[in-house]
Amino acid sequence: MRPDLEIIQQWIQPGYHVLDLGCGDGTLLDYLQRERGASGFGLEINPEHITTCMGRGVAVIEQNLDTQGLGNFDDGSFDTVLMTQALQAVRRPDKVLDEMLRVGREGIVTFPNFAHWRLRWGLALSGRMPESEALPYKWYNTPNIRLCTFKDFEALCRQKGIRIKSRRVVDGQHQNSWLARLWPNLLGEVAIYRITRENEQ
Amino acid sequence: MPDSLPADSVGVVTPQTLHFDTPIELACGQALDSYDLVIETYGQLNADASNAVLICHALSGHHHAAGYHSTDERKPGWWDSCIGPGKPIDTNRFFVVSLNNLGGCHGSTGPNSANPATGKPYGPEFPVITVGDWVKSQALLADRLGIQCWAAVVGGSLGGMQALQWSLDYPERLKHAVVIASTPRLTAQNIAFNEVARQAITSDREFHDGRYYDFDVVPRRGLMLARMVGHITYLSDASMGEKFGRELRDQAYKFGYDAEFQVESYLRYQGERFSESFDANTYLLMTKALDYFDPAYDYGGDLARALAEARCEFLVLSFSTDWRFTPARSEELVNAMIAARRKVSYSEIDAPWGHDAFLIPTPRYTDIFTAYMDRVAREVSQ
Repeated sequence: MRPDLEIIQQWIQPGYHVLDLGCGDGTLLDYLQRERGASGFGLEINPEHITTCMGRGVAVIEQNLDTQGLGNFDDGSFDTVLMTQALQAVRRPDKVLDEMLRVGREGIVTFPNFAHWRLRWGLALSGRMPESEALPYKWYNTPNIRLCTFKDFEALCRQKGIRIKSRRVVDGQHQNSWLARLWPNLLGEVAIYRITRENEQ
Repeated sequence: MPDSLPADSVGVVTPQTLHFDTPIELACGQALDSYDLVIETYGQLNADASNAVLICHALSGHHHAAGYHSTDERKPGWWDSCIGPGKPIDTNRFFVVSLNNLGGCHGSTGPNSANPATGKPYGPEFPVITVGDWVKSQALLADRLGIQCWAAVVGGSLGGMQALQWSLDYPERLKHAVVIASTPRLTAQNIAFNEVARQAITSDREFHDGRYYDFDVVPRRGLMLARMVGHITYLSDASMGEKFGRELRDQAYKFGYDAEFQVESYLRYQGERFSESFDANTYLLMTKALDYFDPAYDYGGDLARALAEARCEFLVLSFSTDWRFTPARSEELVNAMIAARRKVSYSEIDAPWGHDAFLIPTPRYTDIFTAYMDRVAREVSQ
């Protein structure tokens, strides 16, 4: 299992009702259902992913976060709302965060760090938009339209009254290296945040 | 039938008629003391009767869903594209049951059947049947076939409503409900179209208040008009445009009122053919069953509360250009399932054919349907 998913599953209590935004081929939900007795839905727009989810018994709803939002989900109807590697691809990450914490008591968000040293180095040296394993696209065709750094994200959370319950920073291979823990915004490639509203426990 | 049977056809099939003697109480308050149901089955029922799939038909459908009745039959059953060896509803793995619903006109007891009390066709005396009544009769059919629990109940359009009703009325008797191109209730516009169809039939001089059998006539014109208006709602603007455009049957305008545009003659042809094979009273009954369908009605309009009874998993599919039962109607259903915490998967399939798209195999539709049913089959064999 991917190490980031390994970290996430530790935060899912048995029997949790989970919503996975941009659930991909349903790997995580499938695992959570089988190993954690979790229930819930994945939202996805990629046709191949939707088909794969259906074939493996993951409840998947074709729904576009940008155009349809989460208006069809009731307040507090999920224990956890997950969004792995999709925050940077939505049109309004700030509003998605609000919605996540409206429909869920807790959110788990992972995204690539645009301040990772290799990206900084690449931009500084070549003067071109950086590319990496986590961000393998050209500037003109990337689905990642809202790239940010760990610091940016944390500033947004502060501004919105969102409490960061835990943060795990991993490198490109999703290994939890001690260097990334030491200088996360410079050396961490992917962060896994567990967030909630200030007034939630 | 083609010269040789395609490998993915269920082949030549023979319908069976099952007779039921125990009275069935209907939603309208009346009962039918005895009745027949005509069915077809494809594939083999497994030892623990866990691989059965029920196919529910739409307004003008019937029991002949797949294969051929004889080597002379030109076209296969109405859902042959989805039922057969290796098809989404794979008859190598499932035992498929398809019936003609009560009130139908293809062999099951309906308005054109003889009323045992009089020996004459029921005609307008045949009770109005609801979707709930159909599901009740289908449950009795399942008892007769020794099927305690369906692996899946599957239907498109009005058939999808039956699959949904199954999940509410017999929650323990199905594992999956597949609801395609359907809706949790008709809109005013849907009912309006049905009313035009009914008016077309009942205002035909040959209708004779539904007793046309006694006069040895058929309200052909009314049925034809009903079908024509219905048919328009099954297609999309784009698909009609692509099929006919403004094409004329002859080169130039004739400045008259005959069928000049291809679309006119197509509709007339479809209407005429339909009026030769379908019973007018059944058409009235089926449209009424559509209009009345509203499982949320008993729950103050709260569909999520109605769905709290359901135990099965759901697959809901809609088609992008379906304006009869739009994707928004399917989403309304899905959202109620989400609110009720039912397990549901949903996809809106991009297809140009309007409501009829549920009968037409497109790669995306076939892929999704196959993937889902494959999983249903895997659960069965465990």
